[in-house]
Amino acid sequence: MKIAVCVKQVPDSWAEKKLNASTKLIDREGVDAVLNDLDEYAIESALQIVEANGGAEAGHSVTLISMGPERATEALRKGLSMGADDAILISDAALAGSDALATSLILAKVIQRVNPDLILCGTESTDARMSVIPSMLSERLELPQLSFAGEVNVSADQVSIKRVTDEGVDSMSAPMPVIVSVIEKINEPRYPSFKGIMAAKKKSIEVLSLADLGVSAAEVGGAGAWSLVNDFNEQAARSAGVKVVDEGAGGNALSEFLAEKRLA
Amino acid sequence: MSTFVFIDHIDGVITKTAGELLTIARRAGEVTAVIVGIPGDGAKAAAAINSFGANKIIAIEDSTINDHPSALVAQALADLLLEKGATTLLIPSTARGKEIAARVAVRTNSGIITDAVDVTADSIATQSIFGGSAVVHSKVSKGIAIITVRPNSVEPESQPSTCEVEVISPKLNPTKVVISNREPAKKGGRPELTEAAIVVSGGRGTNGDFAPVEALADLLGAAVGASRAATDAGWYPHSHQVGQTGKTVSPSLYIACGISGAIQHRAGMQTSKVIVAINKDPEAPIFEVTDFGVVGDLFAVLPQATSAIAARKG
Repeated sequence: MKIAVCVKQVPDSWAEKKLNASTKLIDREGVDAVLNDLDEYAIESALQIVEANGGAEAGHSVTLISMGPERATEALRKGLSMGADDAILISDAALAGSDALATSLILAKVIQRVNPDLILCGTESTDARMSVIPSMLSERLELPQLSFAGEVNVSADQVSIKRVTDEGVDSMSAPMPVIVSVIEKINEPRYPSFKGIMAAKKKSIEVLSLADLGVSAAEVGGAGAWSLVNDFNEQAARSAGVKVVDEGAGGNALSEFLAEKRLA
Repeated sequence: MSTFVFIDHIDGVITKTAGELLTIARRAGEVTAVIVGIPGDGAKAAAAINSFGANKIIAIEDSTINDHPSALVAQALADLLLEKGATTLLIPSTARGKEIAARVAVRTNSGIITDAVDVTADSIATQSIFGGSAVVHSKVSKGIAIITVRPNSVEPESQPSTCEVEVISPKLNPTKVVISNREPAKKGGRPELTEAAIVVSGGRGTNGDFAPVEALADLLGAAVGASRAATDAGWYPHSHQVGQTGKTVSPSLYIACGISGAIQHRAGMQTSKVIVAINKDPEAPIFEVTDFGVVGDLFAVLPQATSAIAARKG
Protein backbone atom coordinates (compact mmCIF):
# COMPACT_ATOMS: atom_id res chain seq x y z
CA MET A 1 0.00 0.00 0.00
CA LYS A 2 1.27 3.41 -0.97
CA ILE A 3 0.19 6.33 1.20
CA ALA A 4 0.58 9.98 0.19
CA VAL A 5 0.32 12.73 2.79
CA CYS A 6 -0.28 16.34 1.68
CA VAL A 7 1.57 18.77 3.94
CA LYS A 8 2.30 22.50 4.05
CA GLN A 9 4.95 24.70 5.56
CA VAL A 10 3.31 27.59 7.42
CA PRO A 11 4.36 30.49 9.62
CA ASP A 12 4.65 29.33 13.23
CA SER A 13 1.12 29.32 14.62
CA TRP A 14 2.39 30.83 17.87
CA ALA A 15 3.86 33.89 16.06
CA GLU A 16 2.18 37.18 15.12
CA LYS A 17 1.33 37.11 11.41
CA LYS A 18 1.11 40.01 8.96
CA LEU A 19 0.27 40.68 5.32
CA ASN A 20 2.90 42.15 2.99
CA ALA A 21 1.83 45.64 1.84
CA SER A 22 2.93 45.24 -1.78
CA THR A 23 2.13 41.60 -2.55
CA LYS A 24 -0.97 41.52 -0.28
CA LEU A 25 0.14 37.99 0.58
CA ILE A 26 1.05 36.56 3.93
CA ASP A 27 4.46 37.82 4.99
CA ARG A 28 6.64 34.76 5.40
CA GLU A 29 9.88 36.65 5.99
CA GLY A 30 11.03 37.04 9.53
CA VAL A 31 8.60 34.47 10.88
CA ASP A 32 9.67 30.95 11.79
CA ALA A 33 8.37 28.51 9.21
CA VAL A 34 7.18 25.17 10.51
CA LEU A 35 5.38 22.05 9.37
CA ASN A 36 1.63 22.80 9.72
CA ASP A 37 0.60 21.42 13.15
CA LEU A 38 -2.50 19.81 11.74
CA ASP A 39 -0.55 17.91 9.08
CA GLU A 40 1.45 16.12 11.76
CA TYR A 41 -1.69 14.19 12.68
CA ALA A 42 -2.02 13.02 9.07
CA ILE A 43 1.64 11.90 8.98
CA GLU A 44 1.21 10.08 12.30
CA SER A 45 -1.92 8.34 10.96
CA ALA A 46 -0.03 7.22 7.87
CA LEU A 47 2.85 5.84 9.96
CA GLN A 48 0.46 4.01 12.28
CA ILE A 49 -1.40 2.44 9.34
CA VAL A 50 1.90 1.24 7.86
CA GLU A 51 3.07 -0.15 11.22
CA ALA A 52 -0.24 -1.91 11.85
CA ASN A 53 -0.05 -3.64 8.48
CA GLY A 54 3.42 -5.12 8.51
CA GLY A 55 5.57 -2.03 7.91
CA ALA A 56 7.93 -1.31 5.04
CA GLU A 57 8.77 -5.04 4.79
CA ALA A 58 5.19 -5.65 3.69
CA GLY A 59 5.68 -3.16 0.87
CA HIS A 60 3.98 -0.16 2.46
CA SER A 61 5.36 3.33 2.08
CA VAL A 62 4.59 6.93 2.98
CA THR A 63 5.32 9.79 0.56
CA LEU A 64 4.96 13.42 1.60
CA ILE A 65 3.73 15.91 -1.00
CA SER A 66 4.05 19.66 -0.61
CA MET A 67 3.93 22.82 -2.68
CA GLY A 68 5.99 25.80 -1.58
CA PRO A 69 9.28 27.66 -1.79
CA GLU A 70 12.64 25.87 -1.54
CA ARG A 71 12.73 26.33 2.20
CA ALA A 72 9.67 24.10 2.53
CA THR A 73 12.18 21.24 2.37
CA GLU A 74 12.74 21.97 6.10
CA ALA A 75 9.12 21.08 6.87
CA LEU A 76 9.36 17.98 4.70
CA ARG A 77 12.57 17.00 6.50
CA LYS A 78 10.65 17.05 9.77
CA GLY A 79 8.00 14.70 8.34
CA LEU A 80 10.78 12.43 7.04
CA SER A 81 12.40 12.40 10.46
CA MET A 82 9.06 11.29 11.95
CA GLY A 83 9.33 8.28 9.64
CA ALA A 84 7.92 9.05 6.17
CA ASP A 85 9.92 7.38 3.40
CA ASP A 86 10.34 10.11 0.82
CA ALA A 87 8.96 13.46 -0.28
CA ILE A 88 8.06 15.51 -3.32
CA LEU A 89 8.18 19.32 -3.32
CA ILE A 90 6.64 21.32 -6.13
CA SER A 91 8.55 24.54 -6.17
CA ASP A 92 8.42 27.18 -8.88
CA ALA A 93 8.62 30.97 -8.78
CA ALA A 94 5.44 31.11 -10.86
CA LEU A 95 3.50 29.41 -8.03
CA ALA A 96 3.80 32.42 -5.70
CA GLY A 97 0.35 33.77 -4.85
CA SER A 98 -1.46 30.56 -5.78
CA ASP A 99 -4.92 30.23 -4.27
CA ALA A 100 -6.67 27.04 -3.17
CA LEU A 101 -7.90 26.20 -6.66
CA ALA A 102 -4.35 26.41 -8.05
CA THR A 103 -2.91 24.50 -5.10
CA SER A 104 -5.44 21.70 -5.48
CA LEU A 105 -4.75 21.56 -9.23
CA ILE A 106 -1.02 21.10 -8.60
CA LEU A 107 -1.42 18.61 -5.75
CA ALA A 108 -3.84 16.58 -7.88
CA LYS A 109 -1.26 16.36 -10.68
CA VAL A 110 1.39 15.10 -8.28
CA ILE A 111 -0.99 12.61 -6.67
CA GLN A 112 -1.78 11.21 -10.11
CA ARG A 113 1.96 10.79 -10.67
CA VAL A 114 2.49 9.04 -7.32
CA ASN A 115 -0.68 6.97 -7.76
CA PRO A 116 -1.23 6.20 -4.04
CA ASP A 117 -3.90 3.93 -2.53
CA LEU A 118 -4.59 6.33 0.30
CA ILE A 119 -4.23 10.12 0.43
CA LEU A 120 -4.12 11.67 3.89
CA CYS A 121 -4.50 15.37 4.75
CA GLY A 122 -4.92 17.50 7.86
CA THR A 123 -8.21 19.38 8.09
CA GLU A 124 -6.71 22.79 7.36
CA SER A 125 -3.49 24.81 7.38
CA THR A 126 -3.07 27.15 10.31
CA ASP A 127 -2.24 30.11 8.04
CA ALA A 128 -5.07 30.41 5.51
CA ARG A 129 -7.46 28.16 7.46
CA MET A 130 -9.73 27.56 4.47
CA SER A 131 -10.19 23.82 5.00
CA VAL A 132 -11.02 23.24 1.34
CA ILE A 133 -8.11 21.26 -0.15
CA PRO A 134 -9.29 17.71 0.72
CA SER A 135 -12.71 18.35 -0.89
CA MET A 136 -11.13 20.00 -3.91
CA LEU A 137 -8.80 17.01 -4.38
CA SER A 138 -11.80 14.70 -4.20
CA GLU A 139 -13.43 16.62 -7.06
CA ARG A 140 -10.29 16.99 -9.16
CA LEU A 141 -9.24 13.35 -8.81
CA GLU A 142 -12.80 11.99 -8.82
CA LEU A 143 -11.97 9.93 -5.75
CA PRO A 144 -14.18 9.27 -2.73
CA GLN A 145 -13.57 11.48 0.30
CA LEU A 146 -13.81 10.62 4.00
CA SER A 147 -13.30 13.79 6.01
CA PHE A 148 -12.91 14.94 9.61
CA ALA A 149 -11.77 11.49 10.67
CA GLY A 150 -11.36 11.02 14.40
CA GLU A 151 -10.49 7.38 13.79
CA VAL A 152 -9.19 5.59 10.67
CA ASN A 153 -9.08 1.86 10.01
CA VAL A 154 -7.71 0.12 6.94
CA SER A 155 -8.62 -3.45 6.07
CA ALA A 156 -8.06 -5.13 2.70
CA ASP A 157 -8.96 -2.41 0.19
CA GLN A 158 -11.48 -0.62 2.44
CA VAL A 159 -10.92 2.44 4.58
CA SER A 160 -13.40 3.20 7.32
CA ILE A 161 -13.49 6.27 9.53
CA LYS A 162 -15.50 7.94 12.21
CA ARG A 163 -16.38 11.42 10.96
CA VAL A 164 -16.47 13.78 13.94
CA THR A 165 -18.13 17.18 13.44
CA ASP A 166 -20.52 19.43 15.38
CA GLU A 167 -23.36 17.60 13.69
CA GLY A 168 -22.39 14.28 15.28
CA VAL A 169 -20.34 11.17 14.67
CA ASP A 170 -20.84 9.20 11.44
CA SER A 171 -19.30 5.82 10.62
CA MET A 172 -18.29 5.84 6.96
CA SER A 173 -16.25 3.72 4.59
CA ALA A 174 -15.03 3.67 1.00
CA PRO A 175 -12.80 1.51 -1.17
CA MET A 176 -9.26 2.66 -1.93
CA PRO A 177 -8.03 4.85 -3.51
CA VAL A 178 -9.60 7.36 -1.16
CA ILE A 179 -8.88 10.80 0.31
CA VAL A 180 -9.03 11.01 4.10
CA SER A 181 -8.63 14.12 6.25
CA VAL A 182 -7.94 13.66 9.94
CA ILE A 183 -8.75 15.90 12.87
CA GLU A 184 -6.55 16.89 15.74
CA LYS A 185 -6.93 14.41 18.58
CA ILE A 186 -6.96 11.38 16.27
CA ASN A 187 -3.52 10.59 17.66
CA GLU A 188 -0.47 12.04 19.39
CA PRO A 189 2.12 12.81 16.69
CA ARG A 190 5.50 11.33 17.58
CA TYR A 191 8.56 13.48 18.14
CA PRO A 192 11.33 12.69 15.68
CA SER A 193 13.93 10.49 17.38
CA PHE A 194 17.65 11.16 16.99
CA LYS A 195 17.85 8.09 14.79
CA GLY A 196 14.91 9.39 12.76
CA ILE A 197 16.54 12.79 12.29
CA MET A 198 19.78 11.18 11.11
CA ALA A 199 17.94 8.82 8.76
CA ALA A 200 15.89 11.70 7.30
CA LYS A 201 19.06 13.40 6.08
CA LYS A 202 19.58 10.57 3.63
CA LYS A 203 15.98 10.38 2.42
CA SER A 204 15.05 11.74 -0.98
CA ILE A 205 13.16 14.99 -1.56
CA GLU A 206 12.32 15.22 -5.24
CA VAL A 207 11.83 18.82 -6.36
CA LEU A 208 9.51 19.33 -9.33
CA SER A 209 8.84 22.45 -11.39
CA LEU A 210 5.66 23.42 -13.24
CA ALA A 211 7.26 22.22 -16.46
CA ASP A 212 7.79 18.79 -14.90
CA LEU A 213 4.05 18.62 -14.26
CA GLY A 214 3.07 20.04 -17.62
CA VAL A 215 1.23 22.99 -16.06
CA SER A 216 1.58 26.45 -17.59
CA ALA A 217 2.49 29.42 -15.40
CA ALA A 218 -0.67 31.26 -16.51
CA GLU A 219 -2.89 28.65 -14.82
CA VAL A 220 -1.47 29.18 -11.35
CA GLY A 221 0.14 31.74 -9.03
CA GLY A 222 -1.01 35.34 -8.80
CA ALA A 223 -1.51 35.40 -12.59
CA GLY A 224 -4.08 32.63 -12.62
CA ALA A 225 -5.75 33.38 -9.30
CA TRP A 226 -9.48 32.77 -9.03
CA SER A 227 -9.79 35.43 -6.32
CA LEU A 228 -7.92 38.62 -5.51
CA VAL A 229 -7.30 40.78 -2.48
CA ASN A 230 -8.54 44.33 -3.19
CA ASP A 231 -7.06 45.93 -0.12
CA PHE A 232 -6.41 45.30 3.53
CA ASN A 233 -5.83 47.32 6.64
CA GLU A 234 -4.30 46.46 9.94
CA GLN A 235 -6.61 46.89 12.86
CA ALA A 236 -5.51 48.83 15.87
CA ALA A 237 -4.66 46.37 18.60
CA ARG A 238 -7.38 46.07 21.20
CA SER A 239 -6.52 48.21 24.15
CA ALA A 240 -6.65 46.89 27.65
CA GLY A 241 -9.66 48.16 29.59
CA VAL A 242 -10.42 48.12 33.27
CA LYS A 243 -8.59 45.60 35.45
CA VAL A 244 -9.64 45.05 39.03
CA VAL A 245 -7.96 42.90 41.64
CA ASP A 246 -10.33 40.57 43.46
CA GLU A 247 -10.27 41.36 47.14
CA GLY A 248 -13.53 39.62 47.86
CA ALA A 249 -15.87 41.53 45.53
CA GLY A 250 -14.39 40.76 42.09
CA GLY A 251 -17.41 38.70 41.04
CA ASN A 252 -19.79 41.49 42.02
CA ALA A 253 -17.71 44.00 40.05
CA LEU A 254 -17.91 41.70 37.04
CA SER A 255 -21.67 41.42 37.41
CA GLU A 256 -21.98 45.21 37.59
CA PHE A 257 -19.83 45.66 34.47
CA LEU A 258 -22.08 43.28 32.53
CA ALA A 259 -25.20 45.04 33.80
CA GLU A 260 -23.81 48.41 32.77
CA LYS A 261 -23.08 47.08 29.27
CA ARG A 262 -26.55 45.46 29.20
CA LEU A 263 -24.92 42.11 28.52
CA ALA A 264 -26.37 40.24 31.48
CA MET B 1 -26.39 40.11 -10.27
CA SER B 2 -27.98 36.82 -9.44
CA THR B 3 -27.36 35.91 -5.82
CA PHE B 4 -28.03 32.43 -4.48
CA VAL B 5 -28.08 31.53 -0.79
CA PHE B 6 -27.51 27.99 0.44
CA ILE B 7 -30.02 27.42 3.23
CA ASP B 8 -28.58 25.27 6.02
CA HIS B 9 -31.20 23.14 7.77
CA ILE B 10 -31.72 20.04 9.87
CA ASP B 11 -34.66 17.97 8.61
CA GLY B 12 -36.34 21.04 7.14
CA VAL B 13 -35.76 23.28 10.15
CA ILE B 14 -33.51 26.14 9.04
CA THR B 15 -30.51 27.12 11.16
CA LYS B 16 -29.76 30.65 12.30
CA THR B 17 -27.28 31.10 9.44
CA ALA B 18 -30.13 31.05 6.89
CA GLY B 19 -31.55 34.37 8.13
CA GLU B 20 -28.07 35.88 8.38
CA LEU B 21 -27.11 34.96 4.82
CA LEU B 22 -30.46 36.07 3.36
CA THR B 23 -30.08 39.41 5.17
CA ILE B 24 -26.66 39.92 3.55
CA ALA B 25 -27.79 38.69 0.14
CA ARG B 26 -30.80 41.05 0.00
CA ARG B 27 -28.42 44.01 -0.33
CA ALA B 28 -27.57 42.84 -3.85
CA GLY B 29 -31.21 42.76 -4.99
CA GLU B 30 -32.93 39.57 -6.14
CA VAL B 31 -32.17 36.56 -3.93
CA THR B 32 -32.76 32.90 -4.68
CA ALA B 33 -32.81 30.67 -1.60
CA VAL B 34 -31.72 27.09 -2.32
CA ILE B 35 -32.51 24.32 0.12
CA VAL B 36 -31.07 20.88 -0.58
CA GLY B 37 -32.53 17.84 1.16
CA ILE B 38 -34.78 14.85 1.03
CA PRO B 39 -38.33 15.09 -0.41
CA GLY B 40 -40.48 17.31 1.81
CA ASP B 41 -37.65 19.39 3.32
CA GLY B 42 -38.41 22.38 1.05
CA ALA B 43 -42.08 22.51 2.03
CA LYS B 44 -41.18 22.25 5.72
CA ALA B 45 -38.71 25.14 5.51
CA ALA B 46 -40.70 27.43 3.20
CA ALA B 47 -42.41 29.57 5.84
CA ALA B 48 -39.18 30.15 7.76
CA ILE B 49 -37.28 31.07 4.58
CA ASN B 50 -40.11 33.42 3.55
CA SER B 51 -39.68 35.36 6.78
CA PHE B 52 -36.33 36.63 5.45
CA GLY B 53 -37.39 38.07 2.11
CA ALA B 54 -36.41 35.56 -0.59
CA ASN B 55 -37.44 36.34 -4.18
CA LYS B 56 -37.40 32.70 -5.16
CA ILE B 57 -37.12 29.41 -3.25
CA ILE B 58 -35.74 26.35 -4.98
CA ALA B 59 -35.74 23.00 -3.20
CA ILE B 60 -33.41 20.35 -4.64
CA GLU B 61 -34.81 17.11 -3.29
CA ASP B 62 -33.66 13.53 -3.58
CA SER B 63 -33.97 10.66 -1.12
CA THR B 64 -30.26 9.75 -1.55
CA ILE B 65 -28.79 13.25 -1.35
CA ASN B 66 -27.55 12.83 2.23
CA ASP B 67 -25.67 9.62 1.41
CA HIS B 68 -22.46 11.70 1.42
CA PRO B 69 -21.84 14.74 3.64
CA SER B 70 -21.02 17.05 0.73
CA ALA B 71 -20.39 15.37 -2.63
CA LEU B 72 -23.99 14.85 -3.78
CA VAL B 73 -25.22 18.19 -2.48
CA ALA B 74 -22.36 19.88 -4.36
CA GLN B 75 -23.18 18.09 -7.63
CA ALA B 76 -26.79 19.23 -7.50
CA LEU B 77 -25.93 22.75 -6.39
CA ALA B 78 -23.23 23.25 -9.04
CA ASP B 79 -25.58 22.09 -11.81
CA LEU B 80 -28.30 24.47 -10.61
CA LEU B 81 -25.95 27.47 -10.36
CA LEU B 82 -24.62 26.92 -13.89
CA GLU B 83 -28.07 26.37 -15.31
CA LYS B 84 -29.51 29.50 -13.69
CA GLY B 85 -26.50 31.72 -14.41
CA ALA B 86 -25.78 32.51 -10.75
CA THR B 87 -23.17 35.18 -10.13
CA THR B 88 -22.78 34.76 -6.36
CA LEU B 89 -23.34 31.93 -3.89
CA LEU B 90 -23.36 32.48 -0.13
CA ILE B 91 -22.82 29.39 2.07
CA PRO B 92 -22.46 29.23 5.85
CA SER B 93 -18.86 28.77 6.97
CA THR B 94 -19.36 25.52 8.82
CA ALA B 95 -17.30 22.34 8.39
CA ARG B 96 -19.86 20.93 5.96
CA GLY B 97 -20.58 24.29 4.32
CA LYS B 98 -16.92 24.73 3.44
CA GLU B 99 -16.74 21.22 1.98
CA ILE B 100 -19.73 21.91 -0.24
CA ALA B 101 -18.33 25.31 -1.25
CA ALA B 102 -14.92 23.81 -2.12
CA ARG B 103 -16.53 21.19 -4.34
CA VAL B 104 -18.84 23.68 -6.05
CA ALA B 105 -15.84 25.94 -6.74
CA VAL B 106 -14.02 23.13 -8.57
CA ARG B 107 -17.14 21.92 -10.39
CA THR B 108 -17.99 25.40 -11.66
CA ASN B 109 -14.34 26.54 -12.05
CA SER B 110 -15.03 29.45 -9.72
CA GLY B 111 -13.07 31.36 -7.13
CA ILE B 112 -13.80 30.84 -3.46
CA ILE B 113 -13.46 33.08 -0.41
CA THR B 114 -13.98 31.49 3.01
CA ASP B 115 -14.89 32.88 6.42
CA ALA B 116 -16.22 36.23 5.25
CA VAL B 117 -17.69 38.39 8.01
CA ASP B 118 -19.49 40.63 5.53
CA VAL B 119 -20.27 40.81 1.80
CA THR B 120 -21.14 43.97 -0.16
CA ALA B 121 -23.84 44.30 -2.81
CA ASP B 122 -21.17 43.77 -5.47
CA SER B 123 -19.83 40.61 -3.80
CA ILE B 124 -16.72 42.06 -2.19
CA ALA B 125 -16.05 39.95 0.87
CA THR B 126 -14.64 41.22 4.14
CA GLN B 127 -12.47 38.80 6.11
CA SER B 128 -11.04 39.34 9.54
CA ILE B 129 -7.77 37.44 9.67
CA PHE B 130 -4.92 36.65 12.06
CA GLY B 131 -7.20 36.87 15.04
CA GLY B 132 -8.69 40.18 13.96
CA SER B 133 -5.36 41.96 13.51
CA ALA B 134 -6.08 42.64 9.84
CA VAL B 135 -9.21 43.20 7.77
CA VAL B 136 -9.07 42.10 4.14
CA HIS B 137 -11.41 42.91 1.25
CA SER B 138 -11.33 40.36 -1.54
CA LYS B 139 -13.29 39.45 -4.61
CA VAL B 140 -13.62 36.47 -6.85
CA SER B 141 -12.18 37.09 -10.30
CA LYS B 142 -13.25 33.94 -12.15
CA GLY B 143 -16.63 32.24 -12.37
CA ILE B 144 -19.28 32.44 -9.67
CA ALA B 145 -18.30 34.25 -6.46
CA ILE B 146 -18.45 31.38 -3.95
CA ILE B 147 -18.33 32.97 -0.50
CA THR B 148 -18.62 31.19 2.84
CA VAL B 149 -19.90 33.47 5.60
CA ARG B 150 -19.11 33.00 9.27
CA PRO B 151 -22.10 32.38 11.52
CA ASN B 152 -23.01 35.34 13.74
CA SER B 153 -21.55 37.92 11.33
CA VAL B 154 -24.75 39.95 10.96
CA GLU B 155 -28.02 40.30 12.82
CA PRO B 156 -30.76 38.59 10.77
CA GLU B 157 -33.45 41.10 9.74
CA SER B 158 -36.83 39.67 8.97
CA GLN B 159 -38.72 40.73 5.85
CA PRO B 160 -41.80 38.79 4.83
CA SER B 161 -42.04 37.26 1.38
CA THR B 162 -44.55 34.85 -0.17
CA CYS B 163 -42.61 32.58 -2.54
CA GLU B 164 -43.89 29.23 -3.61
CA VAL B 165 -41.27 26.47 -3.45
CA GLU B 166 -40.05 25.20 -6.80
CA VAL B 167 -38.99 21.58 -6.31
CA ILE B 168 -36.25 20.18 -8.54
CA SER B 169 -35.08 16.55 -8.81
CA PRO B 170 -31.33 16.50 -9.38
CA LYS B 171 -29.30 14.11 -11.52
CA LEU B 172 -26.84 12.53 -9.10
CA ASN B 173 -23.78 10.43 -9.68
CA PRO B 174 -23.46 8.24 -6.56
CA THR B 175 -20.15 8.14 -4.65
CA LYS B 176 -18.37 5.04 -3.36
CA VAL B 177 -18.79 6.24 0.22
CA VAL B 178 -21.14 4.30 2.48
CA ILE B 179 -22.42 5.77 5.73
CA SER B 180 -23.16 2.81 8.00
CA ASN B 181 -24.15 4.64 11.16
CA ARG B 182 -25.04 8.16 12.26
CA GLU B 183 -24.99 9.43 15.80
CA PRO B 184 -26.36 12.98 15.74
CA ALA B 185 -24.69 15.22 18.33
CA LYS B 186 -26.66 15.36 21.53
CA LYS B 187 -27.97 18.88 21.70
CA GLY B 188 -27.57 19.98 25.26
CA GLY B 189 -29.50 23.04 26.28
CA ARG B 190 -26.56 25.16 25.13
CA PRO B 191 -26.25 27.06 21.86
CA GLU B 192 -23.73 26.04 19.20
CA LEU B 193 -20.30 27.55 19.93
CA THR B 194 -19.81 29.55 16.72
CA GLU B 195 -23.42 30.79 16.68
CA ALA B 196 -23.70 31.80 20.35
CA ALA B 197 -24.15 35.44 21.35
CA ILE B 198 -22.20 34.78 24.56
CA VAL B 199 -19.33 32.34 25.11
CA VAL B 200 -17.85 31.43 28.50
CA SER B 201 -14.54 29.58 28.18
CA GLY B 202 -12.30 27.75 30.59
CA GLY B 203 -8.58 27.06 30.44
CA ARG B 204 -5.70 25.70 32.44
CA GLY B 205 -6.86 27.62 35.52
CA THR B 206 -9.97 25.43 35.84
CA ASN B 207 -7.76 22.45 36.70
CA GLY B 208 -10.32 20.35 34.90
CA ASP B 209 -13.31 21.58 36.89
CA PHE B 210 -15.63 23.33 34.42
CA ALA B 211 -18.59 23.44 36.83
CA PRO B 212 -18.34 27.19 37.61
CA VAL B 213 -17.78 27.96 33.91
CA GLU B 214 -20.86 25.94 32.93
CA ALA B 215 -22.96 27.46 35.70
CA LEU B 216 -22.33 30.99 34.44
CA ALA B 217 -22.80 29.87 30.82
CA ASP B 218 -26.19 28.36 31.61
CA LEU B 219 -27.34 31.43 33.50
CA LEU B 220 -26.41 33.62 30.50
CA GLY B 221 -27.70 31.20 27.86
CA ALA B 222 -24.12 30.97 26.61
CA ALA B 223 -22.03 28.34 24.85
CA VAL B 224 -19.03 26.83 26.64
CA GLY B 225 -15.57 27.10 25.06
CA ALA B 226 -12.17 25.82 26.11
CA SER B 227 -8.53 26.67 25.50
CA ARG B 228 -6.19 24.24 23.78
CA ALA B 229 -4.56 23.51 27.15
CA ALA B 230 -7.92 22.39 28.51
CA THR B 231 -8.83 20.22 25.52
CA ASP B 232 -5.32 18.75 25.30
CA ALA B 233 -5.62 17.77 28.96
CA GLY B 234 -8.88 16.00 28.11
CA TRP B 235 -10.90 18.27 30.41
CA TYR B 236 -13.32 19.36 27.71
CA PRO B 237 -14.20 17.95 24.27
CA HIS B 238 -12.02 18.96 21.36
CA SER B 239 -15.07 20.32 19.50
CA HIS B 240 -15.22 23.16 22.05
CA GLN B 241 -11.68 24.38 21.46
CA VAL B 242 -11.42 28.09 20.66
CA GLY B 243 -8.24 29.30 18.97
CA GLN B 244 -5.85 29.04 16.09
CA THR B 245 -6.34 25.32 15.61
CA GLY B 246 -9.91 25.26 16.90
CA LYS B 247 -13.03 27.34 16.39
CA THR B 248 -13.10 31.05 15.68
CA VAL B 249 -15.85 32.77 17.62
CA SER B 250 -17.07 36.34 17.46
CA PRO B 251 -19.81 36.68 20.08
CA SER B 252 -21.15 39.87 21.67
CA LEU B 253 -19.54 38.80 24.93
CA TYR B 254 -16.60 36.46 25.56
CA ILE B 255 -15.68 35.51 29.10
CA ALA B 256 -12.25 33.84 29.45
CA CYS B 257 -11.80 32.01 32.75
CA GLY B 258 -8.35 30.81 33.77
CA ILE B 259 -7.02 31.30 30.22
CA SER B 260 -3.65 33.04 29.90
CA GLY B 261 -4.45 34.28 26.40
CA ALA B 262 -1.51 33.09 24.31
CA ILE B 263 -1.76 34.19 20.68
CA GLN B 264 -2.93 30.67 19.85
CA HIS B 265 -6.13 31.35 21.84
CA ARG B 266 -6.54 35.04 21.03
CA ALA B 267 -6.57 34.24 17.32
CA GLY B 268 -9.89 32.48 17.86
CA MET B 269 -11.73 35.08 19.97
CA GLN B 270 -10.15 38.49 19.53
CA THR B 271 -12.96 39.81 17.33
CA SER B 272 -15.53 39.32 20.10
CA LYS B 273 -17.32 42.59 20.78
CA VAL B 274 -16.73 42.67 24.54
CA ILE B 275 -14.07 40.55 26.24
CA VAL B 276 -13.95 39.79 29.94
CA ALA B 277 -11.28 37.72 31.68
CA ILE B 278 -10.64 36.25 35.06
CA ASN B 279 -7.10 35.11 35.78
CA LYS B 280 -4.89 34.74 38.83
CA ASP B 281 -1.86 36.11 37.01
CA PRO B 282 -2.00 39.93 36.68
CA GLU B 283 0.56 39.68 33.85
CA ALA B 284 -1.47 37.20 31.78
CA PRO B 285 -1.54 38.36 28.13
CA ILE B 286 -5.32 37.97 28.02
CA PHE B 287 -5.58 41.22 29.98
CA GLU B 288 -4.07 43.08 26.99
CA VAL B 289 -7.30 42.52 25.06
CA THR B 290 -9.96 42.60 27.76
CA ASP B 291 -12.54 45.31 28.29
CA PHE B 292 -12.90 44.18 31.87
CA GLY B 293 -10.47 41.97 33.74
CA VAL B 294 -10.55 40.51 37.21
CA VAL B 295 -7.26 39.41 38.75
CA GLY B 296 -8.34 36.61 41.02
CA ASP B 297 -9.25 32.99 41.52
CA LEU B 298 -11.99 31.92 39.13
CA PHE B 299 -13.36 29.55 41.78
CA ALA B 300 -14.14 32.60 43.94
CA VAL B 301 -14.97 35.17 41.27
CA LEU B 302 -17.20 33.11 38.99
CA PRO B 303 -19.64 31.80 41.63
CA GLN B 304 -19.95 35.30 43.09
CA ALA B 305 -20.61 36.82 39.66
CA THR B 306 -23.10 34.05 38.85
CA SER B 307 -25.11 34.57 42.03
CA ALA B 308 -25.00 38.37 41.67
CA ILE B 309 -26.33 38.15 38.10
CA ALA B 310 -28.95 35.59 39.15
CA ALA B 311 -30.06 37.87 41.99
CA ARG B 312 -30.32 40.84 39.64
CA LYS B 313 -32.29 38.86 37.10
CA GLY B 314 -34.61 37.76 39.89
